[in-house]
Amino acid sequence: MRKPKNLIAAFCGATLLLASMQAMAAPKTLVFCSEGSPEGFNPVFYTAGTTFDASSRAIFDKLSAFKRGTTEIEPGLAEKWDISPDGLEYTFHLRKGVKFHTTPYFTPTRDFNADDVVFTFMRQFDKNHPYHKVGGGKYEYFNSNSMPDLIKNIVKVDDYTVKFVLSRPEAPMIAHLAMDFASIFSAEYADKMMKAGTPDKFDFEPIGTGPFQYVAYQKDAVIRYQAHPNYWRGKAAIDNLVFAITPDPSVRYQKLKAGECHVMPYPNPADLEAMAKDPAITLMKKEGLNVGYLAYNTSIAPFDNVKVRKALNMAINKQAILDAVYQGAGKIAKNPFPPTIWSYNDDVVDDPYDPAAAKKALTDAGVKDLKMKIWAMPVQRPYNPNARRMAEMIQSDFAQVGVTVEIVSYEWAEYLKRSKEKDRDGAVLLGWTADIPDPDNFLNVLLSCDAVGNANRAQWCYKPFDDLVKKAKVVSDISERTKLYKEAQVIFKEQAPWATIANSIVFQPVRKEVVDFRIDPFGGNVFYGVDLK
Amino acid sequence: MFVYFLKKLIVVLPTFFGVTLVAFVFIRTLPGDPVMLMAGERGMSEERHVELMAEMGFDKPILVQYGVYLKQLAGGNFGTSIITKQPVLKEFTALFPATVELSLCAMLIAVFFGLPAGMIAATRRGSAFDHSVMTAALTGYSMPIFWWGLLLIIFFSGILGWTPVSGRVSLLYFFEPVTGFMLIDSLLSGQAGAFSSAVSHLILPAIVLGTIPLAVIARQTRSAMLEVLSEDYVRTARAKGLGPMRVIGLHALRNAMIPVITVIGLQVGVLFAGAILTETIFSWPGIGKWMVDSIFRRDYPAVQGGLLLIAAIVMIVNLVVDLLYGLINPQIRHTD
Repeated sequence: MRKPKNLIAAFCGATLLLASMQAMAAPKTLVFCSEGSPEGFNPVFYTAGTTFDASSRAIFDKLSAFKRGTTEIEPGLAEKWDISPDGLEYTFHLRKGVKFHTTPYFTPTRDFNADDVVFTFMRQFDKNHPYHKVGGGKYEYFNSNSMPDLIKNIVKVDDYTVKFVLSRPEAPMIAHLAMDFASIFSAEYADKMMKAGTPDKFDFEPIGTGPFQYVAYQKDAVIRYQAHPNYWRGKAAIDNLVFAITPDPSVRYQKLKAGECHVMPYPNPADLEAMAKDPAITLMKKEGLNVGYLAYNTSIAPFDNVKVRKALNMAINKQAILDAVYQGAGKIAKNPFPPTIWSYNDDVVDDPYDPAAAKKALTDAGVKDLKMKIWAMPVQRPYNPNARRMAEMIQSDFAQVGVTVEIVSYEWAEYLKRSKEKDRDGAVLLGWTADIPDPDNFLNVLLSCDAVGNANRAQWCYKPFDDLVKKAKVVSDISERTKLYKEAQVIFKEQAPWATIANSIVFQPVRKEVVDFRIDPFGGNVFYGVDLK
Repeated sequence: MFVYFLKKLIVVLPTFFGVTLVAFVFIRTLPGDPVMLMAGERGMSEERHVELMAEMGFDKPILVQYGVYLKQLAGGNFGTSIITKQPVLKEFTALFPATVELSLCAMLIAVFFGLPAGMIAATRRGSAFDHSVMTAALTGYSMPIFWWGLLLIIFFSGILGWTPVSGRVSLLYFFEPVTGFMLIDSLLSGQAGAFSSAVSHLILPAIVLGTIPLAVIARQTRSAMLEVLSEDYVRTARAKGLGPMRVIGLHALRNAMIPVITVIGLQVGVLFAGAILTETIFSWPGIGKWMVDSIFRRDYPAVQGGLLLIAAIVMIVNLVVDLLYGLINPQIRHTD
């Protein structure tokens, strides 16, 4: 009688041992329910965050990097850098022993070196580069950051030293090189593809030095990656990363609940309450690096009168907008960039909500029975979840001070095109999410004289402000820059080219078994450093 | 029969040509352009905008662009997506099997349940069953696909946990597509459990997509059967002493099927339209979602090529339906 019992006990023990060994050995796979399909796997051609999540943030590294979950810059593929006293030369000392991915379609024979850096930037910069026209030759992110004007030359000093020669000093240069368009590619792989007569493959079957290597993509369905075993920062804690493409936010939530994925972006505001109560889910939140605003056309009467703009700003009940449009997921904005960006001037006092004072100020400015248009964006954005609703609320606020508002809207591309026209009729609702954690990314891009007729939707060119921003761009001393930007914010508030509305809060639900996921301040999804329980 | 086929084909060819024109003009009449969308909030200078439009060939007069497009088409070239840089035909053929698989299963469900429901409702006119079928059909027909899909997901996947939420197969299974049809590929992969996973993923989207055609088929079958059942030859058949199964199954159904087949043919177009929403809800990688994305991105070549290919397929299906009429009822091909 004892023998069978022992046998059963031994069998059970062995089974348990085997099961636990299997559990120990089982690869860890993290599933991310992404919101859409990437346009491609080469980030230099695109500007969409969905594409960057699938390419630059998983597969590639840059010379400098943003510390995970922060806006702090740290060394990437460059161990360190020197800046010449005149700010015109940046010398990068590259990291040694960095391996490119080894995949069924490419086996590197050498480590990362200066040739890869030169290839990466010259492809975008030099119109005669053999790869410049491959894939269409449109490098809009590189172009819109003024890189073609800024970069004079890129020189390989030796195998592990590269020098960038600039045409003018550019204080945010190191931050620019941490952006997605600056992802570093393998020159060796590019040569191989060119020699094989298949240069297009270079962009479709990516090779990088990043934490995850590309395995397969089934269009509009699944992207598969595996951890780069020789990653220079150390192999990722998870073995496999899978993007399950799930466009509908309600379905993403159902998948998260069912355990079919571990992390999801862009939850429905209506689901947030249920997510916060769900014991299987952690609802993470962070202030976004963005601002939503209403830009007057300051080149047209009566909006060329600062008193009118200030009066209208006083008529807007921002708190009501925050409650109704952002549903609590936002904070009132008083400056043209969010408080999470350095040099934010908290001493600036926002225009108070005071309809009576606004009405009086309009009368004092000689404005009576004003009729104006407000443009409502046709799309949802993190900085403005419902522009139509926001426009209706401002319409009602302005009606109280005797201003009649007509709300207009256009298809998105048309909206973007028409809203930048200098003689545009009406005030435009729009916003901005930072590319880099630098005030220049807001003040220069959106409010400088150079941007009039383009990203400067207020068509606002005010010399005292513009001089400060231009000066701050070329000064490398951070305390000096801070002083200049703080001063610029005071002028901005006095001149009121925008009614600043809100800085939104980003929510990200993850399952409880996910360890150390951090919300990216730039709105991306980064999985290196994340583990599963 | 061959002459009948030729006659039908002659009608189809100019229609196909018309579709190329409509597809081409349609996307260009929409406001906005791909270059502006590419730039986003950041914007771009007017000079750069003009330069990029010229590089893509969108600066030429529309007739010239159309001529270039027709020349490309004549060579079997459907163009290259300006977003993904992949040939449109390659993208279409990669995604099309998913839509076909889903649509076929939806149509099977619709026919399998719709035909008998309509027949029984007709033979029991005025009964509780008849009223139930017609009420259910009206409800099914009026149901917004988006809402219906979410409702089924929440109930069957969220609450009961019987079916997966979305996708085509569990992420545990990984195999390269051979045919593009997941049911076949999962079998070919030889991985245990892959086929049943593919089936379980297909159930909810097929029900959602099949609901409207099911309702239409049930209603059409009922009304066609009622009409045929009152015909003289049916009365004669009954008078001859034939059993009800023989009268309905052999004599009535054959003639009642003509309008029903017409409706089934027309439902192919409805299925493609419904697939756009169903594919979005169930994260089903088919051409419906691909087309919508392409329209939003103003990806002119993808939209043109996609519309053309879809129209060609719908036309071919309708041609086949026309031929089927001829086979079922030879009178049609003689009088047509």
